[in-house]
Amino acid sequence: MAIIKTENLNYVYSAKTPFEMAALKNINIEIEKGDFVGIIGHTGSGKSTLVQNLNGLVKPTSGKIYFEGKDIWEDEKKIKDLRFKVGLVFQYPEYQLFDTTVESDIAFGPRNMGLSEHEIKQRVETAAFYVGLSDELLQKSPFDLSGGQKRRAALAGVLAMQPEVLILDEPTAGLDPIGRDTVLDRISKFRKESGTTVLLVSHSMEDVAKVADKVLVMNGGEAVMFDTVDKVYSHGEELHEMGLNIPHITKVIIGLRKKGFDLPKNIYTVDKAYKAVLDLFKKEGKIC
Amino acid sequence: MLNNISFGQYYPSNSIIHRLDARFKLIITLGLIVIAFVATNFVSIGIVAVLVLVMMFVSQVPIKMYLKTFKSIWFFIVLTAVLNIFFIQGKTPLVSFWNIKIYSEGIEKAVFIAIRIFLLLIISSALTFTTTPTSLTDAIESLLKPLSKIGVNTHTFAMMMTIALRFIPTLIEETDKIMNAQKARGASMDEGSLIKKVKSVIPILIPLLASSIRRAYELADAMECRCYHGGEGRTRLNVMKSSVKDYIALVLFFVLIAVVVVCNIMF
Repeated sequence: MAIIKTENLNYVYSAKTPFEMAALKNINIEIEKGDFVGIIGHTGSGKSTLVQNLNGLVKPTSGKIYFEGKDIWEDEKKIKDLRFKVGLVFQYPEYQLFDTTVESDIAFGPRNMGLSEHEIKQRVETAAFYVGLSDELLQKSPFDLSGGQKRRAALAGVLAMQPEVLILDEPTAGLDPIGRDTVLDRISKFRKESGTTVLLVSHSMEDVAKVADKVLVMNGGEAVMFDTVDKVYSHGEELHEMGLNIPHITKVIIGLRKKGFDLPKNIYTVDKAYKAVLDLFKKEGKIC
Repeated sequence: MLNNISFGQYYPSNSIIHRLDARFKLIITLGLIVIAFVATNFVSIGIVAVLVLVMMFVSQVPIKMYLKTFKSIWFFIVLTAVLNIFFIQGKTPLVSFWNIKIYSEGIEKAVFIAIRIFLLLIISSALTFTTTPTSLTDAIESLLKPLSKIGVNTHTFAMMMTIALRFIPTLIEETDKIMNAQKARGASMDEGSLIKKVKSVIPILIPLLASSIRRAYELADAMECRCYHGGEGRTRLNVMKSSVKDYIALVLFFVLIAVVVVCNIMF
């Protein structure tokens, strides 16, 4: 059974005013337990609105969202429980840090869940371990950390709730290449070890290609593609037309295909390109 | 969430009132507020009311926008009217039950004051609807200029106001974001006892404060990078120019004062 399922999900901003704008149009998706889904689309395509709907922060204008087969808005009072099960890490989450120490800030979520002090401590330690924050850092004020450390501390704040589905909205935005790779590595590792379902919102197709198994493509509030990374990325040209930044290597391959080289469409990493080009040389017997 | 406040919002249009010099508009607005208090009888306030209504139509701002401003203040109007009805004493009571007596003077006064508050609200919102916050602060700065001779730093004051106004929408947006982020971590905003409610504000207030300070530093750096050094020798992009229509407006305004004063004496 799908862990998250949407049915004709629609969301309209500022409904019934002159500023009315449809952000989501008839979204029907099913996310299986344990999936790692990348959500891509350019600015304003509805990615962020979609994930806020999925964790019950905003209520759909029409349509239904099911979590483990249950309509999430069936009982409005229980929506808070859903937010513990579907953890959402916002864009620039470091701006939500507020407590006196990193440790107590990470404990904010678990504490709201009403867990015992012992359990909270354990969860904080586990979360800090996954994001790679040392004990020494845990005792510091969150405002004394570096940008990348803050980002990871905020991430730990959501991981500590041990959600069944983890949603990350642009977790690497504004980080340097090392910070970006660290965050992505940590997320991959956490997902491998805990088996959590992960949704990763990003506009960087390169990031998504690195970690995700499936990709959901949003364009103008519609879900235009939802398939494995391989299949979606073989539509490179269409994605490019939607204003998405396709990986550089894909652009090179598209160029080569246009020149008449018989290369496969689904190339999105340098490794794959290397093999494909080598294969082509072998086939044409021009190995050098 | 906080987007429904219409008082103090600029409404873009190209009416004659929009095009008036902000300095003249500011003076006339202040003057009109004074006149609304100077008018002591129904004839004179009626004349002011007619003029204000004409102004409302000429401003090309939808009447709906003006009506929205009443939303926040109708309670106050009703309260003052009720107090006046019950507490003003005259000669012969219209109605009397228990020891409460209602006099015709009381009703008259209540209506009068209600009209006065309505007028004040329309006059002041007409100014903010038709004038951008920047030109308003520019006008204040230019009108306060004489004070700089006695050592008041009018430019800094005006710059502070401009920046404060500029950041209101930004901070509203920021608050919204932080609230959502904390809600996603299970924070509850509006349940529980009073102490719990106060405590639940902390996770919102501290990040908001931190980001305001961060923004202030960033803005200060950005301003310094562009060689901002205060008001000394600074020129404007949009120099305020008064034209014939501004003087006509001012003359009309003086005529109104004269008429109101005459009406006050005659009736």
